[in-house]
Amino acid sequence: MTAENADLAAEGPVLNKAILGGLKALSGVKAILALALCLTLEITLPPSGVQPPVDRQYFLYFLILCAAVFLLWPALFFKKPSLRQAMKGKDDFYAAVFIFLTVLNLLTDKFAVLPVIFFPSPDRVLSVLVEDFTYLIVVCLGSSAKLLLTGFFSGALAGLVTGIAIGFSKPAAYWLNPLIKILGPIPPTAWIPIVLVAFPTTWSGACFLIALSVWFPTSVMTSSGILNVQNAYFEVSSTLGAKRLYQIFLVGIPAAMPLIFTGLFSGACASFLTLMTAEMVGVKNGIGWYINWQREMLSYANVYAGLIIIAISFYSLITLFFKVRDRVLVWQKGMIKW
Amino acid sequence: MVSEALISAPLNQVPPSEILGPDSERASGVIEAERVTKIFSHPDGSEVTALKNVSLKVGAGEFVSLIGPSGCGKSTLLRLVAGLERATEGSLRLDGKLIERPDAERGLVFQNPYLFPWLNIHNNVAFGLRARSVYKLNKELVAQYLDLVGLAKFGRVYPHHLSGGMAQRASLARALINQPRVLLLDEPLGALDAFTRMNMQDEILRIRSEKRITMIMVTHDVDEAVYLSDRTVVMTPGPGRVETIIDIPFARPRARNTPDFLRLRSKILEILHFAGHFEEPPYQI
Ligand SMILES: Nc1ncnc2c1ncn2[C@@H]1O[C@H](COP(=O)(O)OP(=O)(O)OP(=O)(O)O)[C@@H](O)[C@H]1O
Ligand SMILES: [Mg+2]
Repeated sequence: MTAENADLAAEGPVLNKAILGGLKALSGVKAILALALCLTLEITLPPSGVQPPVDRQYFLYFLILCAAVFLLWPALFFKKPSLRQAMKGKDDFYAAVFIFLTVLNLLTDKFAVLPVIFFPSPDRVLSVLVEDFTYLIVVCLGSSAKLLLTGFFSGALAGLVTGIAIGFSKPAAYWLNPLIKILGPIPPTAWIPIVLVAFPTTWSGACFLIALSVWFPTSVMTSSGILNVQNAYFEVSSTLGAKRLYQIFLVGIPAAMPLIFTGLFSGACASFLTLMTAEMVGVKNGIGWYINWQREMLSYANVYAGLIIIAISFYSLITLFFKVRDRVLVWQKGMIKW
Repeated sequence: MVSEALISAPLNQVPPSEILGPDSERASGVIEAERVTKIFSHPDGSEVTALKNVSLKVGAGEFVSLIGPSGCGKSTLLRLVAGLERATEGSLRLDGKLIERPDAERGLVFQNPYLFPWLNIHNNVAFGLRARSVYKLNKELVAQYLDLVGLAKFGRVYPHHLSGGMAQRASLARALINQPRVLLLDEPLGALDAFTRMNMQDEILRIRSEKRITMIMVTHDVDEAVYLSDRTVVMTPGPGRVETIIDIPFARPRARNTPDFLRLRSKILEILHFAGHFEEPPYQI
């Protein structure tokens, strides 16, 4: 082999590497291509005209915003590894999202293939989100949050108290266990007919139902968590000089923490369900009520806007919940990640 | 009583302070079990006599091993001294005071270290100080005791990151930080490999000579008993009782293969009816 040949042979891979490197540097290539397709179709194809018109081209603005984020992301967050990491490996996912939006836009806005009443165009949903933003967030979401958080924390507190009592006291177990076994499995929403008349306000009734749906799993998991703590831990702590109360709070409860969090998590999921049902059936405000109200008026763009807000807020709550849990349970090995 | 046995022993080169150090002049850490009987009742109505009429006196600063076949009540005796069980009959005293419940003055270490998994090693060791509300006054003790067991650098680590031997040393430090008068060890080295075990034996001896604590250790290992203890209590089952008590009057540090060592070892095995099995040279593979 001559020197020239060797040079040529070496050039091929080097070139390939350069191209590959360039492609890799341009993070999110597939996502950007999908986004470009979506943008092109949105700009070039005329709307079918069947969907009610919107004041502004919100979907277009949204896509431009996305494009800005995707193109500027590497430059903007060059220095922050945590933010750079947020995009890494998510290329296919974002590409799929933009393909979905493209198809949705074609089926609703551009060709109106789907029934227009039930399937509003992305433009319309976004326009509701933007134009009703204050009302949706401050009034509806604010009211839901107040109800949910009040119910959740009182239910969690009650669950912890009864769970700990059952775990540590025989008489408490004797009297509370049947109560939990009989009342627990009843879906909280089944109480709605009674609660709506028995409570002074629908708000307090709904709050009670949410608390009830959190109380049951929290209580069950707390007590079983405590009862499953190896007795050796209590024995060791007593030979180290720990008295009863100290053992309850600094041995029993920490040891039961993983199960307590499982209970709180089931409780949180149940509380979302109860919140929505309570708002749709009785409470006269909140995001669930808003969705139901808009559904009755056949304003499905508003219904979807409400659903998007619910999805984002519940996702944030659950993410926050797992952040807290991971903090508290750092000591566990092989923890299940959310 | 202990020092008498030592003085009369042929091989004795141990100064009395080996056992009764200046700290233990207050003669603390004396355990007396008097005609102790422990009967367990099972839920199905049957009863098990775990211990019958067991009497034993352990002097201040003495190291006593309990040895015997499974089920002869060694753990039960230790748990009675710890206060985790109440005797059906008879009495147990520490320095003349009746033992009624667990207390920080009687530390206990199990075969499983039972470190609290939700606390890092520092906080595990500090547990006893906090439980007795004396942590603020004795913060620096934690580092001292971590250092004592060679875990100075591991304070911030969680238990599941430690090896078996390290975890056992941490649990030793956790029991010792309360400065108990008595340390009870229930097969503390049973789960460790041979090398870690021998290292830990030396560590226990070192801690003992430094802290001068009365120690009672349950073991299944005759070598360990002969290597570590001043006296070995041989127990037999059905119902559990004390068969004999054997003085081990060798000076420390002890060699593991002197003729005297091997003689005592086979004597104990003989009492346990295992001698025949072990009479071949011990180094034969
Ligand atoms: N909590 C208990 N309830 C009922 N029986 C028990 C209990 N603890 C111990 N026993 C019985 O008491 C007897 C002595 O048990 P112990 O644990 O003291 O034996 P051991 O000498 O420590 O045995 P090993 O060497 O296997 O640890 C056994 O027959 C055991 O079944
Ligand atoms: Mg035992």
